[in-house]
Amino acid sequence: MCLGIPGEVIERLTDQPDLARVNVSGVKRVINIGLLDDDPPEPGEWVLIHVGFALSKIDEKEAAAALEFLEGIGQAYADELQAIAESRIE
Amino acid sequence: MRFVDEFRDAGKAHALAAKIAALCEPGRQYKLMEVCGGHTHTIYKHGLEDYLPEQVTLVHGPGCPVCVIPMGRVDDAMHLAAQPDVIMTSFGDMMRVPGSTGSFLDANAAGTDIRMVYSPLDSLKIARSNPGKRVVFMAIGFETTAPSTAMTVLRAAAEGLTNFSVFCNHVTIIPAIKAILDSPDLRLDGFIGPGHVSTVIGCRPYEFIASDYGRPVVVAGFEPLDILQSIYMLMLQLSEGRSQVENQYARVVPWDGNVVALKVIGQTMELRPYFEWRGLGFISHSALKMREQFAAFDAELLFGVPGVRVADPKACQCGEVLKGVLKPWECKVFGTACTPETPIGTCMVSPEGACAAYYNYGRMNRQRVPEAAQVSRS
Amino acid sequence: MTSGREQQVLDRIDRARRRRPRVREERITMSHGAGGKATQTLIEAIFLDAFRNPLLEPLGDSALLQLAGARVALTTDSFVVSPLFFPGGNIGDLAINGTVNDLAVAGATPLYLSAGFILEEGFPVADLTRITASMRDAAAVAGVHIVTGDTKVVERGKADGCYINTAGVGIVTRDQALGVAQARPGDAILVSGPIGDHGVTIMLARGELDIEADLVSDTASLAGLAATLLDAVPGVRALRDATRGGVATILNEIAKAAGMGVVVSEDAIPVREEVRGASELLGIDPMYVACEGRMVAVVDGSQAGDALAALRGHPLGEQAAVIGQVTEGPPGIVQLKTAFGGTRIVDLLVGDPLPRIC
Repeated sequence: MCLGIPGEVIERLTDQPDLARVNVSGVKRVINIGLLDDDPPEPGEWVLIHVGFALSKIDEKEAAAALEFLEGIGQAYADELQAIAESRIE
Repeated sequence: MRFVDEFRDAGKAHALAAKIAALCEPGRQYKLMEVCGGHTHTIYKHGLEDYLPEQVTLVHGPGCPVCVIPMGRVDDAMHLAAQPDVIMTSFGDMMRVPGSTGSFLDANAAGTDIRMVYSPLDSLKIARSNPGKRVVFMAIGFETTAPSTAMTVLRAAAEGLTNFSVFCNHVTIIPAIKAILDSPDLRLDGFIGPGHVSTVIGCRPYEFIASDYGRPVVVAGFEPLDILQSIYMLMLQLSEGRSQVENQYARVVPWDGNVVALKVIGQTMELRPYFEWRGLGFISHSALKMREQFAAFDAELLFGVPGVRVADPKACQCGEVLKGVLKPWECKVFGTACTPETPIGTCMVSPEGACAAYYNYGRMNRQRVPEAAQVSRS
Repeated sequence: MTSGREQQVLDRIDRARRRRPRVREERITMSHGAGGKATQTLIEAIFLDAFRNPLLEPLGDSALLQLAGARVALTTDSFVVSPLFFPGGNIGDLAINGTVNDLAVAGATPLYLSAGFILEEGFPVADLTRITASMRDAAAVAGVHIVTGDTKVVERGKADGCYINTAGVGIVTRDQALGVAQARPGDAILVSGPIGDHGVTIMLARGELDIEADLVSDTASLAGLAATLLDAVPGVRALRDATRGGVATILNEIAKAAGMGVVVSEDAIPVREEVRGASELLGIDPMYVACEGRMVAVVDGSQAGDALAALRGHPLGEQAAVIGQVTEGPPGIVQLKTAFGGTRIVDLLVGDPLPRIC
């Protein structure tokens, strides 16, 4: 039920302003973007899809920030593991 | 898949696991509740608990909108489906939920017409192509899904559809969390907040948990790294003596929620004075029904339902599992009388139910991921 | 670590699962046709119970018979797919390939098929002609002949256009005795290509979901691929045709029949991007989705490399992969190492996410 999946908006349907075609991993689906009425998504933007509706736009900057944080932790961890490994060589 | 695969990267999992382990005070046990059934599902599906130190226990919460529907309401739905010329439409999760006389699937075998849909909008399509039939949509879900039902009703109204209605079983998340917080059975250290409900209601509604109850809340995404990162953020708060609401899922969840979504809910629905939740009993102002102006789309008013309160079978301990008091395997009938094939209660039927998740994915000898265990000991 | 108490519960559940199957429902539901737990229970509790004999007991894709000194494989399959025509083929292709494949994975050379048709009053003759043309072509590719058949017509409203049953016989010439019960610890498990193509194609072809994807059914005759593998690798323990219930069902059959454990790696299982995308959208798991031209092979671990090479050398096996192995235990349990590094169970399907796909 909480199932929400990210998809990229490919096109707005010209005759139906409420609808947009999205691409999820090569699979295309028409969804309703009415819940994003105050800031409708344009082609190229990503949205979170839930039961045929776009619930929210995916903020690319926030996504990048989240990944950067994870990257940073990953690097620090890798460094630490290396330090542990090196310190055993005695 | 973009925005999905990056958050499933195992390499970063080890790092987060190490950091979580490092934040554990020696001798202290931590109980963190993931409220949302979708999180429970992810945790088991990806084997996330393998990355956590022994000291951290995840407690499964009541955020499974299928699981909290009492048997009496399922019976009411079956009553509607059995009315002449009715086509009932429902999400797949509901198809095998047991009522007093069987599930939707069983009812179909006996002749009702209950169809699975992936979107409430599919029900409108069915209504348009079957003018001689009356389509009833079984609306379930928290605030995540209520806006979609609302939009569908508004669409039906705009089109002047006369053969479509909704059996509204939408519930709201905050009263459920409050019931958990006020429950004497539980002592939780923090909450992994529901990700998709928050896209609609935002993060503010959780502030009382941090300020009044002193428990940190981190609103989390649904990929395994999202959940691990959220656990890390909770542990950090706990170690620093903070209790705040933080948003790990900021790429999707706006702090203020979705104003349009809240507006359409408010336009079409209102809070019921009280509603019965399986396992949690009657909770006031915790569920939605159609507003009077939309009575023409309210199946309860159009058809009437028996509204009989049905107690859970004696053997069923769903209530305690939903509150996180019992782990699924601690339920007396788990896996023997109650299995996904022969469910006694909803926790075992819904893909997001804790029992289903544990039975289908987690029913095995736990082995902690070696590197995580190794680092946590160093 | 799993506590003692939790382990006791797990043991109790294990014993409960091994109890004699019983059909509790009074009426048949769609779950009984899904290829998962309910189907298995129905087969064991009703059909096997009524017809029990040593030749039926193995419940393999085909029955293996001794007829006047020759080893013959016999199988049957019914096709009720909706829609009848879909990207990549139609019910006719399935009807031929499905039966051919059941023979091929028994190690037999498929030879002769029967074809029984149940037609709905009002069904367009042009559609029937398209279907039979496909059957003729598929039979030619598979090297089989349709030598007998039957036709029935039922009133409008029944048979959903057209139902087909095919039965087939083939001859087993190689010495290898194939069967999942023979799986041993250390055996490798391979799959011949990306999973879930057929089932997802059908779901999308129903047109109810407004989803478009560049997917076609994987329906194909596996006779050539199976022969290639069996000729190249003496250590093939078993072959299975991954249809209803998907690869997950086969893995469970292996674990259960052999009384062994099975461990597979999520990373190693080939799945097309579009199948993944559609599955995520719909909330289904490709491991349970039907294929109609994919084979699962259990092979002596030391010959896994040869098996993989043999499969990849054949056009239908270009994306074959080793997905896991058979282990000592826990018996009857299939475990999946997730891409994330954790572990979870892969149980038999309960319920029916994709009705009437083959």
